[in-house]
Amino acid sequence: MADLTPEEIRHHVKTYVIVFVALAFFTIVTVAISYLDLGVGASVVLALGVASIKGSLVACYFMHLIDEKITVYWTLLITATMFLILMLLPLGNMLAQTKI
Amino acid sequence: MDIPYTVKDRPDTGLYNGKLGIWLFLASEVMLFGGLFSAYVFLRTGAESWPTGADILNVPLATLNTLFLITSSVTMVMSWASLKLKEFDKFKLYTGLTLLLAASFLVVKYFEYTAKFHHGLFPSTNSFLGIYFTLTGLHVLHIIGGMIVIFFFWMPGAKMWESDPDRFTNRIEIVGLYWHFVDLVWIFLFPVLYLL
Repeated sequence: MADLTPEEIRHHVKTYVIVFVALAFFTIVTVAISYLDLGVGASVVLALGVASIKGSLVACYFMHLIDEKITVYWTLLITATMFLILMLLPLGNMLAQTKI
Repeated sequence: MDIPYTVKDRPDTGLYNGKLGIWLFLASEVMLFGGLFSAYVFLRTGAESWPTGADILNVPLATLNTLFLITSSVTMVMSWASLKLKEFDKFKLYTGLTLLLAASFLVVKYFEYTAKFHHGLFPSTNSFLGIYFTLTGLHVLHIIGGMIVIFFFWMPGAKMWESDPDRFTNRIEIVGLYWHFVDLVWIFLFPVLYLL
């Protein structure tokens, strides 16, 4: 992000506005989905799916991850792996309880 | 002696030092919040019954807070873009707006918390409220921490713009990355706690 021309920055600004509108739209979608009687499983998948889209927009465009150096990607890959392990721990616990 | 690589990228990492530093810090933050999200799943899957967040919490207020935070993320990135365009007055405006939106988030959170306390709902009441107050309380502390740093760069720290504008711009990029992360955490906290 160091060597951007003023024209490129202005282009970025337009993108930020579009992303903001998308985030606001998806926020409304998230709330609207919660009012539908879809059952727990479908609600969790949809709510986390929309949250993931919103999170990706913030990470890719506001945090500029769409155009970042390889060092950052490696750092995040290791972090994501560790995060996944953390999230899988409760799943392992659930499976162990099911066996008993 | 000057601190090295505050503006120029290090040849080996391809990043200026502050940027690598904030990404490593954010990696640790992912694990901090990840541990608590994992605890939430543990508590929820292990509980005999679990309330729907909307039955206890105020969804319209939380939706308003979500809009405050995503708007503050836009104003934060616009303040960085303003510095890149050498428009310092716009930087001051957008940073001030970011602080105002962050303060609005805290005011709404204050009303949410006090309403819970008035109804006798405390972290010790049940597991749901325990993890709700832990996760949102930690998030609020991050908001307050971010506001302190942003305020510093908005007021006294802004003097650096005159002496070393490129370094100051990088500082705003770094605090912006932190701020977007705080927004990102809320994007997941909102459905997990309030809507499911």
